[in-house]
Amino acid sequence: MSEDKITIEVDGNKLTANSGQMLIEVTDANDIYIPRFCYHKKLSVAANCRMCLVEVEKAPKPLPACATPVMDGMKVSTRSKLAIEAQKSVMEFLLINHPLDCPICDQGGECELQDLAVAYGGDVSRYHESKRVVMDKNIGPLIQTDMTRCIHCTRCVRFGEEIAGLQEMGSLGRGERMEIGTYIEKSVSSELSGNIIDICPVGALTSKPFRYSARAWEMVQRESIAPHDSVGSNIRLHIKGDRVMRVVPAENESINEVWLSDRDRFSYEGLYSDDRLKTPMIKNNGIWEEVDWETALEFVRDNLVKNLSTHGSDQLGGLASPTATLEELYLFQKLLRALGCNNIDSRLRQNDFKQQESDPIFPYLGQSIEALEKLDAVLLVGSNVRKEQAMINHRLRKASLKGADVMVVNSVDYDFNYAISEKIITSPSEIPTALAGIIKALVEMGDHAIDDAVQSLISHVTVNEEHRSVAKKLSNAKDGTVLLGNLATAHVQFSTLKSLALVIAKLANVKFGFLSEAANTSGAHLAGVLPHRGPGGEITEHPGLNINAMLEQHLRAYLLLGFEPELDCWDGHKALRAMQNAEFVVSMTAYQSETMQEYADVLLPIALFAETSGTYINVEGQSQSFTGAVPPVGEARPAWKILRVLGNLLNVEAFEYNNSEEIRDEVTRVIDNVTLESEGNWSLPDTLMDKQADNGALQKITEVPMYRIDAMTRRAQALQNTGDSTGSIQINSDLASSLHISEGDTVVVEHEENTISAPVMINERVSDDCVLVQAAQLNHAELGAWYGQLSLRKAGV
Amino acid sequence: MIKNTARYIKSLFLLELIKGLRLTGRYLFKRKITVQYPEEKTPQSQRFRGLHALRRYENGEERCIACKLCEAVCPAVAITIESEEREDGSRRTTLYDIDLSKCIYCGFCEESCPVDAIVETRIFEYHGEKRSDLIMTKEMLLEIGDQAEEQIAKDRAEDAPYR
Repeated sequence: MSEDKITIEVDGNKLTANSGQMLIEVTDANDIYIPRFCYHKKLSVAANCRMCLVEVEKAPKPLPACATPVMDGMKVSTRSKLAIEAQKSVMEFLLINHPLDCPICDQGGECELQDLAVAYGGDVSRYHESKRVVMDKNIGPLIQTDMTRCIHCTRCVRFGEEIAGLQEMGSLGRGERMEIGTYIEKSVSSELSGNIIDICPVGALTSKPFRYSARAWEMVQRESIAPHDSVGSNIRLHIKGDRVMRVVPAENESINEVWLSDRDRFSYEGLYSDDRLKTPMIKNNGIWEEVDWETALEFVRDNLVKNLSTHGSDQLGGLASPTATLEELYLFQKLLRALGCNNIDSRLRQNDFKQQESDPIFPYLGQSIEALEKLDAVLLVGSNVRKEQAMINHRLRKASLKGADVMVVNSVDYDFNYAISEKIITSPSEIPTALAGIIKALVEMGDHAIDDAVQSLISHVTVNEEHRSVAKKLSNAKDGTVLLGNLATAHVQFSTLKSLALVIAKLANVKFGFLSEAANTSGAHLAGVLPHRGPGGEITEHPGLNINAMLEQHLRAYLLLGFEPELDCWDGHKALRAMQNAEFVVSMTAYQSETMQEYADVLLPIALFAETSGTYINVEGQSQSFTGAVPPVGEARPAWKILRVLGNLLNVEAFEYNNSEEIRDEVTRVIDNVTLESEGNWSLPDTLMDKQADNGALQKITEVPMYRIDAMTRRAQALQNTGDSTGSIQINSDLASSLHISEGDTVVVEHEENTISAPVMINERVSDDCVLVQAAQLNHAELGAWYGQLSLRKAGV
Repeated sequence: MIKNTARYIKSLFLLELIKGLRLTGRYLFKRKITVQYPEEKTPQSQRFRGLHALRRYENGEERCIACKLCEAVCPAVAITIESEEREDGSRRTTLYDIDLSKCIYCGFCEESCPVDAIVETRIFEYHGEKRSDLIMTKEMLLEIGDQAEEQIAKDRAEDAPYR
């Protein structure tokens, strides 16, 4: 698009525009409304609804504003007799087949067709023939279809092709018989599918979990921040009474544009799960009692004080979920540090903590989210970004469509919704070697001055074509990046991976960054929920134990904030044993479970994201505050209030906060001068091999399914009914045939002296001699560590 | 002077009083319009707006589809509706309350209803001993509808040409 400025005249107003812009873009920018159905600013122009017809001087017929490029001196009238006549006629055609069922339609009250029918529609229909009826399609548990209402604007079809990258919806038939549907009877599986609910201008596609539950005019809208990934998408909560009825995206061009991932859209159901903990509970002689807050908190104080005085503060451990707000995390560490305890951690899904002292202050993306779409080469290491950070994947997809090379190094050949130009799929233990191969290829390509550590590390590595190709594409890039994903963070050799990836980024002269996992992973690091660092990265004098050590050493007391150890920790088995062996466990949790009642001594009900005020800091370091939108369920209270009172009861100094803003201001003062830095000062390891010798045994790969990521998502029923939450054991067909296993067979899996039996699924995407185990499932948690060697055999053999 | 004399004559012969008594006397002998309620009752229009009712179709299916237009239009915010998808996939109310102590009997609910489900009947004799007695639930409204359906249907049919 050229940047030449031209002037046009719309309804007598002189407007400046860039030549090549479509007329509707210019009028939208100048608040002149032209009715439309098929035009959407983020989708391509289809010009098939004809609603935006306007009169252009010297044009023989009305022209569609969405497909008419502006020209210098053009005179347009949007409200002339001809234009209105044309728009009214189009409206009459659109209403021919549209059913008059607004009273039972969920879109009623927020429907573009309804609004425009009031403005342009006739009050009496001239159409007396029979109306068209289209069978509804079942496209999954998230989206309800009523295809008779469809006006064929094809926004959903274009969304599928252009944004979701999956051509799932399409139009079949022509003319009167045209239907929108899935080509084959199947459900829509995109992780962004919920957006077609928003873009559908009529009630053909509506939200299934929300179905018939409220009207647009009954709800109030409050702004918030999405709590399930590190993007921090801006959302609006629609609230009726004291209940969140649905979640829709809020526009923020630099973060989520106008879209929202399904996980953030439908997770609200988890707020009202039956197992929400509604009153504080304490375990008295093995019997659970519901008590009031005062009793519960005094019970916590008495037992903590007793525990600290008998075993000392070294025997206390604090674990917090990185989904908690910045304020909560800050108070959490402040309370524990005031008690003399540095055993604080929030890195629940990490195992390798070597060189943590050299880490950047927080795992920073290395650039802004918006900048990702301008990249021309991306190397993803250990990441299934499409499922883990869907909105970041959308940026990478945009880059890829513009010609960027997206390359991956993974243990599972994940399905991306764009072309992957190079992929290295190898077992977890071979990933460091693959990265070293890329380093060696980079070294061979140019005359880089490299130090001895690199030289000795790559000396025995053989470079193959793939390594060379990745190296070439990366170093040829004008604007490239290396990104470490969730699977890399969880890798047993994370410290090796990060140091190698940084070497690659430096040799290829590209940016380096992390794709962190949770909504507030950055916030947790900045607030100092780490054993070795305080708020703002301040170095602690006597570093405490990291989560791994805390769980291994079976401390006497644990303080947990907002997670389920058996499902959310890297080694669920070990976590559960540690909790069971502890003398005193306080769990601040939104949900209760049988497992939790077994190990905990006090359960304190906390408010979830929509119920508390707070701040999330996303992966690009953007700090976004939100207010509580609904009161907490039952007796639950925001965790910052609980921690604050606990601090007072324990006589901790400077613990007088009246609201969360005071806490936020205190943290902000500390973290304001933290510079955004993604590179650590890491040294390279001596060897690429894991400490465990590779003796040809099967290797375990663990991933967290998209909709099992945290306690709230796990309780969102509609998401659980999609295919993306089922946990399974997966192997590829080569391994299956060598073990004489077929799909659906029950297999016995042994790992670290733990055994489970479960049905197996054949998945060609799993790399050779590896077993993919999905985490955050109660039975799979028994298998313990996420990586390592395991054995697998057919049950009953 | 003349004015004063006229006034004197008027008051001497009690003319004003007689004028008043004449009016009273006229009404004394005229046909009485007083209704001996509750033995007698005034006639009602077919558009009478009394107690509400929820109607059913002839097959027994409730008419209300939970569109919530009555709730939205009600100027006194007297109607509360909650809805959900019934097992057969149709849109139905789970709660339909009218607070009669708020209702101003304007009839907007009836006018807004696309399926003639909520109507105001001719029933106006009812009371409550507690405030909570004046909250009509869905079950109560449906029962009134069942009892008065004959009259309701007749009134709507008579009024149809004017609507």
